[in-house]
Amino acid sequence: MTELISSGLVRGLGIGSTYALLAVGFVIIYRATGVINFAQPALMILGAYATSVLATGAGLPFPVAVLAAMAVLAAVGMATERVALRPMVGRQPFAAAMVTVGVLTVLFVVAHRLIGTQVRTVGDPWGLQRAELFGVSVAQVDLAKIVVSMVAIGAVGLFLARSRLGLAMRATSMDQEVALAQGVDVGRMFSLAWGISAALAALAGMLIGTSAGGFEAITALVALKALPVVIVGGLDSIKGAVYAGLLIGVAEALTRLYQPRYAEWLGANVDVVVPYVIMIVVLVVRPYGLFGTREVERV
Amino acid sequence: MLAVNNLDVVYEDVILVLKNVTLEVPAGAIVALLGANGAGKTTLLRAVTGLLDVHRGAVTRGSVTLDGQPLHHLDAPRTVAAGIGQVMEGRRIFTDLTVDENLRIGGHAADRATVAAGLDRAYSLFPVLADRRQQPAGYLSGGEQQMLAIGRALMSQPAYLLLDEPSLGLAPRLVQHIKELIVEINRQGTAILLVEQNASMALSIASHGYVLETGKVVMDGAAAELLANDDIREFYLGLSEERDLSFRDVKHYRRRKRWLS
Repeated sequence: MTELISSGLVRGLGIGSTYALLAVGFVIIYRATGVINFAQPALMILGAYATSVLATGAGLPFPVAVLAAMAVLAAVGMATERVALRPMVGRQPFAAAMVTVGVLTVLFVVAHRLIGTQVRTVGDPWGLQRAELFGVSVAQVDLAKIVVSMVAIGAVGLFLARSRLGLAMRATSMDQEVALAQGVDVGRMFSLAWGISAALAALAGMLIGTSAGGFEAITALVALKALPVVIVGGLDSIKGAVYAGLLIGVAEALTRLYQPRYAEWLGANVDVVVPYVIMIVVLVVRPYGLFGTREVERV
Repeated sequence: MLAVNNLDVVYEDVILVLKNVTLEVPAGAIVALLGANGAGKTTLLRAVTGLLDVHRGAVTRGSVTLDGQPLHHLDAPRTVAAGIGQVMEGRRIFTDLTVDENLRIGGHAADRATVAAGLDRAYSLFPVLADRRQQPAGYLSGGEQQMLAIGRALMSQPAYLLLDEPSLGLAPRLVQHIKELIVEINRQGTAILLVEQNASMALSIASHGYVLETGKVVMDGAAAELLANDDIREFYLGLSEERDLSFRDVKHYRRRKRWLS
């Protein structure tokens, strides 16, 4: 039971929270602009790098370094939108998605150049320490991942629900022309969506960088797990991104824990495949995702 | 005064939709713009409100001015800030937002005091909306959605309100109600450009009217004169003495309009 809670549920919720952060970033950009942002992995790893430089290189207190890294990546995200995506407004979403693949390539090359081949650490305060949770010893870093991710997602949710800019972003996601007619600067909303998404990616990068082995450039590939998450949750649902992130994280952790014991014949690293298996099942049963909006076509 | 001067509008660089259109809306007036489907009425509103580029359209000649200041180069948010409000055809409310949020987004560019005043005004003009302020707007009836769209456009306290087919798809009783609301909004000081196919409703409350056909203003005059005009009565009000018009009659009317324009 202890193992189930510690290595299964808490670890799974920890990594799942990180997936949820990344997926919420995907959803925010998709809802605001209709574009699937494939550049999210590069933004994530650049966020981890920025945190590492600011916390371990510049010596800033860790929370300050994290916030500063998020701000830097938000600026990178907004600049990317302005330079690469804004000219694509009015074009097919597929074409804009291809541009984000180009952005991914460019930013990933930059990240690779900056990080090099060495393994870096983000300078987090949790390390390998453990904490007691309902009498069970769990890794502090797993709890930190859950708390930090949920606080960040909650803050974004509050921003969207309660603030004037959040309302404008929601209106823009529903009907850009009508939002324009109400005086909303739609271009600014696109920019804001990219800024928020990139800041969340930076935070996710920091959390992924807290793993015992540190991070390297190739760690960016972890962010690709957010793709099955958004498809399972529904491309346009923030709530879906959170639930699907947690579901996939826990499924992955439980598979890693129990599959070698009870289904060894499946081979090694089955947990890596689990998110995609869940995605395929959901696509067959509910093609628009667990919480996504069902497309209705009038014929 | 809101003035459209010799305006040409082209879509996709090739489709000429408005040709040499001139129109004036004096401060505090109600002006009707009549025309059939495809005449260019909505395009004219887009040219005024800065929404042409969304549809790959552009002003290629002429100008739109507000109190002498050019308006047609401004984007939509700046047009709203300049004092132009718009109710689009088909209402176009945000169905997933609440009634209150729909109204608040209408005041996006305004300060807090203006938004508060706008909410008070909207809820006093449309008490039915006040009762349903926390409900998703998609649950409102067609008439209530039209009221919400008008209330939303009033949130920025515009000096000029452009209404695109506000009676479209509404029952006669609701059309009468919307008409009374338009008169009340105008009485409170907002000038109105009323784009309508329902000519009798529009001309009954307007001081002046324009008839737009295939992108050209083919007739304009005082609303009372237009109401008495034989062509308007026949082709827009359906009040012909002879019920069965021949193709020759219609062709003759069209030729006459070409000479007039």
